[in-house]
Amino acid sequence: MQFEIEIEKRLDGGGRSFALQARFAAEARALVLFGPSGSGKSLTLTALAGLLTPDAGRICVGGRVLFDASARVNLPARQRGVGYLFQDYALFPHLSVRKNVAFGLSGILRRPGREETARVDELLARFGLENLAGSLPRDLSGGQKQRVALARALAPRPSLLLLDEPFSALDIPLRTRLRAELKSLLAGLAIPLVLVTHDPEEAELFGQAFVVYDHGKVTRCFGFDEAAKEGKRPAELLAEAFAD
Amino acid sequence: MTPESILFPLTMTLRVSLLATAAALVLGVAMAALVERWTLPGRDALDSVLTLPLVLPPTVMGYYLLVVFGRRGVVGVWLKEVFGVSLIFTWQGAVLAATVVAFPLVYRSARAALEGVGRNLPDAARTLGASEAAVFLRVCLPLAARGIMAGTMLALARAMGEFGATLMVAGNLPGKTQTLSLAVYSAVQAGDDKTALILVGAISLVCVVVLTVAAKLVKPKY
Repeated sequence: MQFEIEIEKRLDGGGRSFALQARFAAEARALVLFGPSGSGKSLTLTALAGLLTPDAGRICVGGRVLFDASARVNLPARQRGVGYLFQDYALFPHLSVRKNVAFGLSGILRRPGREETARVDELLARFGLENLAGSLPRDLSGGQKQRVALARALAPRPSLLLLDEPFSALDIPLRTRLRAELKSLLAGLAIPLVLVTHDPEEAELFGQAFVVYDHGKVTRCFGFDEAAKEGKRPAELLAEAFAD
Repeated sequence: MTPESILFPLTMTLRVSLLATAAALVLGVAMAALVERWTLPGRDALDSVLTLPLVLPPTVMGYYLLVVFGRRGVVGVWLKEVFGVSLIFTWQGAVLAATVVAFPLVYRSARAALEGVGRNLPDAARTLGASEAAVFLRVCLPLAARGIMAGTMLALARAMGEFGATLMVAGNLPGKTQTLSLAVYSAVQAGDDKTALILVGAISLVCVVVLTVAAKLVKPKY
């Protein structure tokens, strides 16, 4: 999937200001936005999803213009067809696991029909959630919450999946196990994804192309080939970028 | 003292306070949602104006209502011309007075409850394809429901005890607009201690029942 991103956003608040000036183009099935916290990578992700309106610039994904300030194009989040896995999973606490997963397939008055119910059943089965269908999010473990959030994001068949630091809410032993689990789940889905992380190993595990952020700017953008030319693994290059 | 002199104020109080609470609930939640989304300047001023009935003496609110809805008031004249009705010295006027006085209690708690929902969950709903109306009805409102209910119960209690604004707008007409709080005042003024005592007992009992039921409704579910 082709990503062309060129956005500017100024945020002021609490006496501090932050300027995001992200510019990159990449072609990859799996794109990783890498950088320390507060470098603007998560902000770029929310702009991609349509949850944040940039002050200027253009966002084009897979040939589709999602945002273009000069042409006054700004597709609302609900029309972007983008699945979003939030850092804290953002499960609806008042809805059961089944209703969380079905959320994107139902409306104010529209209940899920036969087709939608089958889709929800399929996702619950694929993510091993059948026995938890009636549970509320507060009764789930961290790993279960993540699977519910992923199933919910995938239910409306998005064309792109965004993952915002998917393991930061978990403790370290669980993180390693879930990383492998998520990797194998995603491998079976064949959906393009953008992942935000500050962990070089995690970046290498999921990514094909890597965008490095620092203080609101993109400092580097490379793939496995470029890393190999320098005789290094992507994780090593990313770790070096972090050390600078 | 006749049974009617107890029963009428009691049913009038229940009728007026329930209708006023329902109106305050709808208006309070609608205004809270509106102010939360308000991005133009003047938001804080609007917020203050909507809270005004909570801080102003009820007689002042009653006077405002007379100025607006009275015989020469802008809305009063319009109501008379278009519908041929006047709210002054009617029980509907008492509902109006109680609604205005109870409104800020719903409005304030609804604002706090809606703000407490945060940005993440509505954003999650948006990425799942929900329209702004669906975000509000399927996410914000259910999550804010407890806070809104708590404010609504306070509004009901406030409406049941309403005295000042009701007296100004609807008067104290026995058998027509007299609510319990007005009847207690009249009974004490007339030296009718027995009626006053029964009225006081009746309103206390009703309030305990209402508050107990309310506490059950407001219990957290998740």
